[in-house]
Amino acid sequence: MNKSNLWRPAAALWHRDVVRFLRQRNRIIGALATPLVFWVLLGAGFTPSFRPDGGDPVSYLAYFFPGTLVLIMLFTAIFSTISVIEDRREGFLQGVLVAPVSPAAIVLGKFLGGTTLAVGQAILFCVLAPFAGIRFPIELLPSLALAFVLVAFSMTGLGFLVAWPMDSTQGFHAIMNIVLMPLWMVSGALFPIPPGNSVIGWLGAINPVTYGVAAIRQAMGGPEIPGVPNLGLSLAVTALFCVVTFLASLAIVLKRRKTA
Amino acid sequence: MNAVTISGLVKAYGSHTVLPGLDLEIPTGEMFALLGPNGSGKTTLFRILATLLAPDQGSVSVGGFDVQRDPAGVRGVLGVVFQSPSLDRKLSIRENLRYAGALYNLHGTELRSRMDAALSALRLEEKADALVETLSGGQQRRTEIAKCLITQPKILLMDEPSTGLDPAARIDLWAVIAALRARTGLTVVFTSHLMDESEKADRVGILNAGRLAAAEAPANLLASAGPEVLRVATPDPQAVANWLRENRLEPHALDNEVRVGSPDAHPLAARLTASLGQAVYSTTVAKPTLEDVFLFRTGARLNE
Repeated sequence: MNKSNLWRPAAALWHRDVVRFLRQRNRIIGALATPLVFWVLLGAGFTPSFRPDGGDPVSYLAYFFPGTLVLIMLFTAIFSTISVIEDRREGFLQGVLVAPVSPAAIVLGKFLGGTTLAVGQAILFCVLAPFAGIRFPIELLPSLALAFVLVAFSMTGLGFLVAWPMDSTQGFHAIMNIVLMPLWMVSGALFPIPPGNSVIGWLGAINPVTYGVAAIRQAMGGPEIPGVPNLGLSLAVTALFCVVTFLASLAIVLKRRKTA
Repeated sequence: MNAVTISGLVKAYGSHTVLPGLDLEIPTGEMFALLGPNGSGKTTLFRILATLLAPDQGSVSVGGFDVQRDPAGVRGVLGVVFQSPSLDRKLSIRENLRYAGALYNLHGTELRSRMDAALSALRLEEKADALVETLSGGQQRRTEIAKCLITQPKILLMDEPSTGLDPAARIDLWAVIAALRARTGLTVVFTSHLMDESEKADRVGILNAGRLAAAEAPANLLASAGPEVLRVATPDPQAVANWLRENRLEPHALDNEVRVGSPDAHPLAARLTASLGQAVYSTTVAKPTLEDVFLFRTGARLNE
């Protein structure tokens, strides 16, 4: 029999993350406020001049909506995973590491916790969709739900991969500014990635976040934007990104855990 | 059977060897105190026993399981109380216990009855639904122990358990541990730098620079320091130490003090004062303390 427990500990860690988050209202506001301000101000400023591909004008509020959702999920996932740093040094995670718990339970619990919170926040923000003229097509709702879950899961994965090896939260902020934010910026969230041969075009194409933004954009039935990958491809790449971040997270936890 | 068996344990951080080859056996049911100053290797040993750190060489088994080959086995029988609490401060006592139980696959009525038992054993029932961040230091430490107990460990490992506790909470804590041991035959291993705390143990291991300078019952350790200890306050420890050596004693010089174990400390004090006069400010004769033992065995003071 395997003495390292998986499902029950994973569920407990998941539940704990959600309870904790709900007890810290400022975290909820924190993860929503910055993207919201971005969305309102950039939307107000860019809408008059925004013409993707020189075609018909598109409300920037509508264009930027999927990108804002992804930013909310990124922030929420980061707030959720950053606790790993303090928790491991002194706190709750010490007790988890000396318990007969499979490394997969630690990773799974954290991923499910981060995903739940990020999806919850994204749904909360969708209340504002009518102000951008967005109406969710019923037939696309399952795809949208899937896109939310996959994007939230992969954002949690990114956060976990950064947080787990870190010794201080300061280091996390640096990585966030020079890695995570640029990933989001060249994902088609802020501006359309120009199709064809250009540095930005290539960066956008190899950036996994691009496909998350695209999946949400298509599943919301927004205006056609040239060069955005189709829904099937976007969901598939995002799902693959989930698998990769999960396995990589498992590998780094195992590496530490194997030492003892 | 031994609860803990350590043989030839080596651990180094880079070129700095913390444990150069440690051997130690702790029988089941014993309460063992690991005494040592900062930098003695105490914390490293604690982390190795807790399966948080791997040995470089040698073997360590806890509860019959090898820490490297079967860490999950060790984790299953071990309860660990950390110096910095491993509680979630945003959760209530009961929630902390519930999540801790889930990590050990406990659930349902079994978990609830163990939680109730632990809450009552540590007198935490009234606070059970309070958030940990609102508790006093003593209550938090008791919660930490309650969290360990619901898993019914065979071996309880505690790192400086009295840290941050006021004297009343400290007495409380040890009363709870004593009651537990009486009821369950639990093996208790704890690190400490406090003498009075270590004297509660069946045996005290003195760790100095990663080596075990002694591992004996506190009474034996105290007896070995001489029935009496002479403490000499002096501006010239060297002169006093030399005089004592000439009298075939083994003195230990500190900054402004010399200590020596002796079977007849009173006459010795009189002769010393008569011979050295000015160099002796005062002499004190006392029963030896573990701090004296530590000094005599290691040549170093415990609490610098």
